[in-house]
Amino acid sequence: MSQKGPFLFLVALLCIAGVGTAAFRHAEYRIPWLPGEQQNVWEIEARIEYMAQGVPTQAFLTLPPNQDGFRVVNETGASSGFGFEVETQRRQRRAHWSKREANGPQTLFFKLELVRDAEYRVDGPPPAAPPASALDEPYQTAADQIVQAALPVSANARTLAQQLINRMLLVPADQTVSLLRDRFDEATLLANLLVTAGANARTVQVLELEDGRRRQSLKDYVQVWDDGRWYLFNPTVGPVTDLDNLLLWQTDTPSVLEVVGGTRSRVSFSMISQPRSMLALAEPSTGTGFSLHSLPIAEQGMFKLIMLLPVGALMVVLMRIIVGIRTAGTFMPVLIALAFLQTELLPGIVSFVLVIAIGLVIRSYLSHLNLLLVARIATLVILVIGMISVFSIVSYRLGLIGGLTITFFPMIILAWTIERMSIIWEEEGPREVFIQGGGSLLVAVLAFLFMDLTAVRHMAFNFPELHLAVLGLVMLVGRYTGYRLLELRRFIGFKQ
Amino acid sequence: MIDWITPWELSRRGILGMNRRNIEFIGRYNRREQYPLVDDKLKTKLIAQHAGVQVPDLIDVVRTQHEIETIDDKLADLSEFVIKPAQGSGGKGILVIERHEAGVFTKSSGEQIGILDVKRHLSNVISGLHSLGGRADVAILESLVRVSPLFRNVSYEGVPDIRLIVFQGYPVMGMLRLATLASDGKANLHQGAVGVGLDIGTGKSVAAVQHNRIVRNHPDTGAELTELSVPNWRQLLELAARCFEVTQLGYLGCDIVIDELRGPLLLELNARPGLSIQLANDAGLVPRLRHIENLESFAHNVEDRVDYAMETFTRERRTEQTKLWEGQ
Repeated sequence: MSQKGPFLFLVALLCIAGVGTAAFRHAEYRIPWLPGEQQNVWEIEARIEYMAQGVPTQAFLTLPPNQDGFRVVNETGASSGFGFEVETQRRQRRAHWSKREANGPQTLFFKLELVRDAEYRVDGPPPAAPPASALDEPYQTAADQIVQAALPVSANARTLAQQLINRMLLVPADQTVSLLRDRFDEATLLANLLVTAGANARTVQVLELEDGRRRQSLKDYVQVWDDGRWYLFNPTVGPVTDLDNLLLWQTDTPSVLEVVGGTRSRVSFSMISQPRSMLALAEPSTGTGFSLHSLPIAEQGMFKLIMLLPVGALMVVLMRIIVGIRTAGTFMPVLIALAFLQTELLPGIVSFVLVIAIGLVIRSYLSHLNLLLVARIATLVILVIGMISVFSIVSYRLGLIGGLTITFFPMIILAWTIERMSIIWEEEGPREVFIQGGGSLLVAVLAFLFMDLTAVRHMAFNFPELHLAVLGLVMLVGRYTGYRLLELRRFIGFKQ
Repeated sequence: MIDWITPWELSRRGILGMNRRNIEFIGRYNRREQYPLVDDKLKTKLIAQHAGVQVPDLIDVVRTQHEIETIDDKLADLSEFVIKPAQGSGGKGILVIERHEAGVFTKSSGEQIGILDVKRHLSNVISGLHSLGGRADVAILESLVRVSPLFRNVSYEGVPDIRLIVFQGYPVMGMLRLATLASDGKANLHQGAVGVGLDIGTGKSVAAVQHNRIVRNHPDTGAELTELSVPNWRQLLELAARCFEVTQLGYLGCDIVIDELRGPLLLELNARPGLSIQLANDAGLVPRLRHIENLESFAHNVEDRVDYAMETFTRERRTEQTKLWEGQ
C-alpha cells in the first residue's frame, strides 16, 4: 500500500506526541502517573506578635530562601486589616505587612507548605569573599590562638570547623574559649573563628522540623563554604549530615523579623506534617496554563466523563474490529458504559435490561399502530422517560436508592436501541436480538470495567494529551486487515 | 474447549476476512456515490434495463398511498405478480401472488387473500415497514419469476437464486442459494438457507453448506446437492459481468434467478456481498481477487472477461473435494 509509510508515521507521531507530552508534564509539573500517590507536606506557620503603638506600622519577615531539598508548594500570608505582599531583594524574599493605624497587640500569620524532595536542587551563585576578620582585642588574639592550634590538625575548612567545635566543647573549658564564649554565642564564635582562619563561613538560622511542634524558634547554625557548596554545622554538636528535617530560614539579612511602629515583637513557628495526594500538590503549578484544571469545578466534573469517551470508543473499536462482536448501534455501548459509571454496574445492568425489555413489549404494540418513524421514536422517548420515572419512584419507595441514578441513562439512545432491537426482532428473529443485544451489553460492560479503573480515569483527565495516543491507536486498528477473532470460529469449516 | 481455526491456516487457504474485505476491496473498488444504485432495487432495475441486462419485467411502481386507491384496475388483468419494497432487505416485504381469479389472490404458500389485504401490504411497503431503518419507500410491482423445473424439486419454497461475486467485471465465485424451512423460505445463508458452491468454469456444484456445516442433501426436500448443474451458465456469467459496466462497482455481488422461459434475470445487486460464499465453495476469495488485481490489462469486452474467468477459476473435482463429500 503506497500510503502505508506516511500513515504509520502519522500514527507514530500521534503516539509519541501524546506519551511524550504526558511524560514531560509528569516530569515538569510533577503530575503523578497514578492517583493516590501521596507525599508528606510540611505545613509551617510563622506567627508574629507585637504591640502596635498607634502609628503606621510595618512588619517584615524574612522568608526561607529557595534551597536544596525542599520545594515550596504553597504560601499564604493574609492577616485581616493588613496589606500584604512578598518582596524580593537581591535573592532574599521578605513578607511585608503594612497598616496605616494599629494599636494594641497584633498577630500576623504566614503559612508555608513545603515538600521534602531530595532531588530538588537550587543553583545559587558562589558566595562573596569572606569579610576580613576584625574582632576587638583581646578577642582577636584569643581567636588567633585557637585557630593556630586547630589549623595543623585540619585538612580543609570542613575539618577545621570540626576541630574548632571539638575545642569549644572541651570540658573543662579551655581558658581562651571561655573568654570568647563570654562575649559571643556559639554560632557567632564558630563563624568568627572560621573567618579568622580565612575560611568562608556565616551564621544561619534554621528551623528544626518535627511533627506537631508548636511555638518553636529558629536555631543558630553555621555554614562553611567548601568544595563549591555550603556545609551546615551545628555549633554545639558538629557537622549536620541529616538534612531532611532542617529548613534553612535565614542566611544573609541580620534579623528574621523587623517591625516598624511596634514593640515587643516576636516570631514563633508551629508545624505539622501531613500526607497529601501528589495530584493536589501538582495542581497549583498547572492551574494557570492551558489546562482542564482551569475550568470551573462543575465543567471539570463534566470533562472527567467526556474524557473517558475516547477510551470507551477505543474499546468498541477493538471489540468490533479485532474480536468481531456485533453491537446494536455503533457507539451505543460507550454511552451505556458511561451511564454505568454513574449507576454502578449491577443496578445499571438490571435497569438497562428492564427498560429495554419493557420497551420492546411496548414497541411491539406500537408496530401494530403503523406510526411513522419519527413519531414512533418520539413515542418511545416519552415512554422511556415514563418508565424511568416510575422505576425511580418505586425503587425510592422500596428504599433502593440505586434506582434514582437510572436517570443517568441517555434516554434518546435507549429509545433508539429499543427501536433498532425491535426491527432486528421482526426482520431477523429473536436470536439475532440476543446476539446483538448481548454483544452490546458485553462491550458496554467491558468498556465500563476499563473506564472505571482509577488509573484510566486519572490519566484520561490529568493527561488529556494521552488521547493523541488513543487517536493513533484507533487509526491503526482502523487499517487492520487481519481476521477477526470470531471469524476463526465462523470459518471453522475450512479446517482440514 | 472452543474449536477454532488458526489465522495462518485461514490465510494459507486464502480466506477473505471481514476487515480485509472492507478495507482492501469494498473501500478501494466501490465508490460511495454508486451505492444508491444498488441499495434501491427500482434504480438497479431501471439502469439494468437501460443497459440491456435482463430483469423481471416491471409492471408498475406505487409511490404514494393515493395511488393504491386505483390499483384495482391494474391488478384486474394480472394473474400472477410480485410486490416488493424498493429498499427492502433480506427478502422482507415480498408478496408473491401465484394465482389471481376474480379478486382472490393465492400466495406462494397457498394462502388466499383479498384485494384489501394486497392494498394493506402496499400501504405498509410505502410507509417503510419493511425497509432499512423504516424509511418511506416505494412498492415495485413486477412479473413473477417461474422457477426453472430443474430447481423446482430442490428448493423448499421460494425461488433459488445464484449469487456471483464480480470483481472488476470478472465473475470470481458463485453460489446457489436454496431456501429451507429453517430460513423461512428466504435465501439468506445466515438465516439457515443452504449455499451450494458453483464451479465458475462449469456451473456445477462443488460443495454445499448449511449453518457453516457441509451437507450433501437439502435438509427439507432431500434433493441431492452433489450433482447439481446450473443451466444457461455462460449466459448467467455474462449477465453478472455486465453489471460492472452498469454500476461501476468493482466489488459486487449479483443475485440472479433463472426464469423458466426467459433464462437468467438480474434480481438485485449488493455492494457489500457476504463472505459465506467461501464456505459454500470450500475455497478462499483472496487468491482469485489477487489474480484479477495483478492482471496487466482488463478486458473491456464482457465475453472476453467471462472466457477468462471460466478458464481461470474452474477446477477439476480434486480428490480432496471428493473426500469432502464422502466424508459426510
